[in-house]
Amino acid sequence: MQADLNTILPEILIAVYAMLALVFAVYTGKDKLAGTITYLTAAVFLVVAAFIGLGGSGAQSAFGGMFQDDAFARFAKVTILLSAAAVLVMGMGFLEKRQMMKFEYPLLVALSVVGMMFMVSAGDLMALYMGLELQSLALYVIAAMRRDSVRSTEAGLKYFVLGALSSGLLLYGSSLVYGYAGTTMFTGIIAAAGEGLAPIGLLFGLVFVIAGLAFKVSAVPFHMWTPDVYEGSPTPVTAFFATAPKVAAMALFARVLHDAFGGVSADWSQVLAVLSVLSMFLGAIAAIGQTNIKRLMAYSSIAHMGYAIIGLAAGTALGVEAMLTYMAIYVTMNIGTFAFILSMERDGQPVTDISALNLYSKAEPGKALALLILMFSLAGVPPMLGFFAKLGVWRAGVDAGLFWLVVASAVASAIGAFYYLRIVYYMYFGDEAEQGLDEVRAPVLWVLLMGSAAIMLVGVINLFGVDGAAAAAAAALVN
Amino acid sequence: MDNLLSIVTFIPAVAALILALFLRGDDDAAKRNAKWVALLATAITFLVSLFILSDFDASNTGFQMVEERSWLMGLTYKMGVDGISVLFVMLTTFMMPLTIAASWGVNTRVKEYMIAFLLLETLMLGVFMALDLVLFYLFFEAGLIPMFLIIGIWGGANRIYASFKFFLYTFLGSVLMLVAMVAMYADAGSTDIPTLMNHSFGYESFSILGIQVIGGLQTLLFLAFFASFAVKMPMWPVHTWLPDAHVQAPTAGSVVLAAILLKMGGYGFLRFSLPMFPVGADVLTPMVLWMSAIAIVYTSLVAMVQEDMKKLIAYSSVAHMGFVTMGIFAANQQGVDGAIFQMVSHGFISGALFLCVGVIYDRMHTREIDAYGGLVNRMPAYALIFMFFTMANVGLPGTSGFVGEFLTLVGIFQVNTWVAAVATSGVILSAAYALWLYRRVVFGDLIKESLKSITDMTSREKAIFAPLVAMTLLLGVYPSLVTDIIGPSVADFVTNYETALHDAGRAATTMAQSH
Repeated sequence: MQADLNTILPEILIAVYAMLALVFAVYTGKDKLAGTITYLTAAVFLVVAAFIGLGGSGAQSAFGGMFQDDAFARFAKVTILLSAAAVLVMGMGFLEKRQMMKFEYPLLVALSVVGMMFMVSAGDLMALYMGLELQSLALYVIAAMRRDSVRSTEAGLKYFVLGALSSGLLLYGSSLVYGYAGTTMFTGIIAAAGEGLAPIGLLFGLVFVIAGLAFKVSAVPFHMWTPDVYEGSPTPVTAFFATAPKVAAMALFARVLHDAFGGVSADWSQVLAVLSVLSMFLGAIAAIGQTNIKRLMAYSSIAHMGYAIIGLAAGTALGVEAMLTYMAIYVTMNIGTFAFILSMERDGQPVTDISALNLYSKAEPGKALALLILMFSLAGVPPMLGFFAKLGVWRAGVDAGLFWLVVASAVASAIGAFYYLRIVYYMYFGDEAEQGLDEVRAPVLWVLLMGSAAIMLVGVINLFGVDGAAAAAAAALVN
Repeated sequence: MDNLLSIVTFIPAVAALILALFLRGDDDAAKRNAKWVALLATAITFLVSLFILSDFDASNTGFQMVEERSWLMGLTYKMGVDGISVLFVMLTTFMMPLTIAASWGVNTRVKEYMIAFLLLETLMLGVFMALDLVLFYLFFEAGLIPMFLIIGIWGGANRIYASFKFFLYTFLGSVLMLVAMVAMYADAGSTDIPTLMNHSFGYESFSILGIQVIGGLQTLLFLAFFASFAVKMPMWPVHTWLPDAHVQAPTAGSVVLAAILLKMGGYGFLRFSLPMFPVGADVLTPMVLWMSAIAIVYTSLVAMVQEDMKKLIAYSSVAHMGFVTMGIFAANQQGVDGAIFQMVSHGFISGALFLCVGVIYDRMHTREIDAYGGLVNRMPAYALIFMFFTMANVGLPGTSGFVGEFLTLVGIFQVNTWVAAVATSGVILSAAYALWLYRRVVFGDLIKESLKSITDMTSREKAIFAPLVAMTLLLGVYPSLVTDIIGPSVADFVTNYETALHDAGRAATTMAQSH
């Protein structure tokens, strides 16, 4: 028992912190404490991330295998915690300016982070579902955080209803898996599935589980909620949606597929390949017509999930490594881009129309250059890191014989380059006629934007051990 | 110096960084400083690059001055030059100071303009020196970004369309190449270019979806690389981005595009397509040769009806690049020698022609041929220089243009007489459009009111043209300067190609024809 609790100490820490802070804030300053709590939560995230990243070693399992703590889980957790901390700090100015700073917001984020940490460590379908729901419920609430806005409540409700549907799919799949495997433990399922010849009912269950998870990573055809929720939610919440939950869901995906269904990778590999190719093309094509930068980023994230899924579809350790590196780079790019989107305002009001960027490079050459680097990185143009992310998944894909998928993704990335270029076009080639953006003094956003752009360039020289950590993580998961 | 190549490559990038970080303000002094820093940096790069030329040992056909370091994700940073690449490096460092000097009149966003050109120089040099697939791709592809901005920000009226077309066209071509590179890595287990040149990729035919692929994997890889290099080159029928890009780009942009960026395609064929996929190349040689022949004739005809001077020269570039691909795929000593020679010489000549257009565009702000006429009356020096380069473009003996065209034609004649016959007619056509252009712009009476006060070239402009004239003449009368350097490497290249084909049981095209 003692050992079990030690293993989940980081999760316990954040959960207890969240509940204590909630009670404390309710009885004292309420929303006046919101700023302090935000910083405190971010600090807790950082401390826990350092604790996990520097302290953890080897592989432990707790509660009879329901909870796995290995290099894979640690990589995902550190990525989740760091990105969540960055997003919390970066959204503060935006929320304060619009009187939306509620003390519940950072605490809900903390709870959803706990859910994510459980997800990536799940060793059992029940634990998986528990983590997933904890994460999702918190996300539904913060999507609808701006209660008096129709858009925001609509986003929350849409997310909730469709999320419930996907949970239903997942549960239905889980029950089938349980029925045919006789256990919900991943170790039991992988034994029941055997090597290559799984009972058909089990595969049926697997397909439903994949559908449920595909919803969480917003892979096509389970992506419909994404653009609306991204657009409707307050921008800091959108930034959160685009980062940590995506990492958690992708990691969970890898966890389930390799830990529970590793023996039948030939069966799910095709399913994932189809999800991937659809996501890449829909993401690339649908984004072309968007003028709202938040919707555009929604489609961009759909496309990026498609690329990351190539790594999963490969079904190898190299694939998982490529996927994890991809997600780490993707999250970094998105934090920078959203830091910029948060600073977009005109007459004190947030704007999301990309034509507002007209000739931005003249007004703010530094920030425009940073965004240019991020956009080219998102498009996967070298020498930015985004290119190396794509190179990694392609290498894994070709290695696994998914040649057609890699060719398709190459074509999709060329199509997708268009809309990233369009943002560059507005910033650099636009015409004078339109009114530009306000000059916003927000040091936090500036630091995150510049930092993320700098990483995209400097990372090409040295990835600071992320590639090594991802390789170790993949080796821990796939064996 | 162990890392001479890296030093040469990154001097311009360091200068760009210095400009970006330390140059403040938008006044005239800042603009002048930006120009001087850029000019100085490119000049220093050229001077340092002379060490490469002097250290270079032509009799050694392997890679020289190699640098190797480990890099992220298990990749390698590896640079080196051989007889095929060293002249492209020199061409780049030679042209860049002239390009910067030609941009002295730029007045909007000077700092960004200079940064873009300096970064572009680093990336272009990297392309010619990289000895690792990923590194090569990185430089190759990254060059699109500054060029996209150069066309889009400082270009003409229709610049947005041109910049997007340029970017997306070349990007699609190169991502297919990237996929092929990943496949090569999967097959050979290495991204090291010298290793890959010695690796034999599979050439057993197989069928995909019922279509028989002769030459198997090699043909597919060849096609993927071809997609990229043919667009870059550009070859007919994927050349359509070039006239748009040229017309809209600022003068210096056109010069860089014509003189250096187009050479990347030819360099790519020599570095990758033929040495690495000899069977694939051999299978598709007839197609490439006919595409080149069509390019030469068709684009020459198109050039003849152009009303825009830059467009005319752009189409003429496509035609001249047709000679290059023809020479490369003739795959014999004369053909490949001629192709490299033609690329170097075209670098000087087309660069100079775009500068010639720039000279009068700066004065009259139009590129319409009809807007000119009789310039010889007011601009004798200009008329002389324009005449010289027109003749060089036509391929007048005594200029470098002649040597390149002649060698490639000799090369192709041994391989495919019909293609040679068609291509030779292009020489006549090029004389037709170039001389006609010259007559309409320079000769005749000066009747246009607007031209009455036009001034002749300034000394700055003359100074820019002087080195180009010298090089064109020098290479025209003393071509061994080039062929001595490239000769041994090319001989090695041709032997390797023929041996590989022989081992694969395919008689080289040359032999098939002569029997």
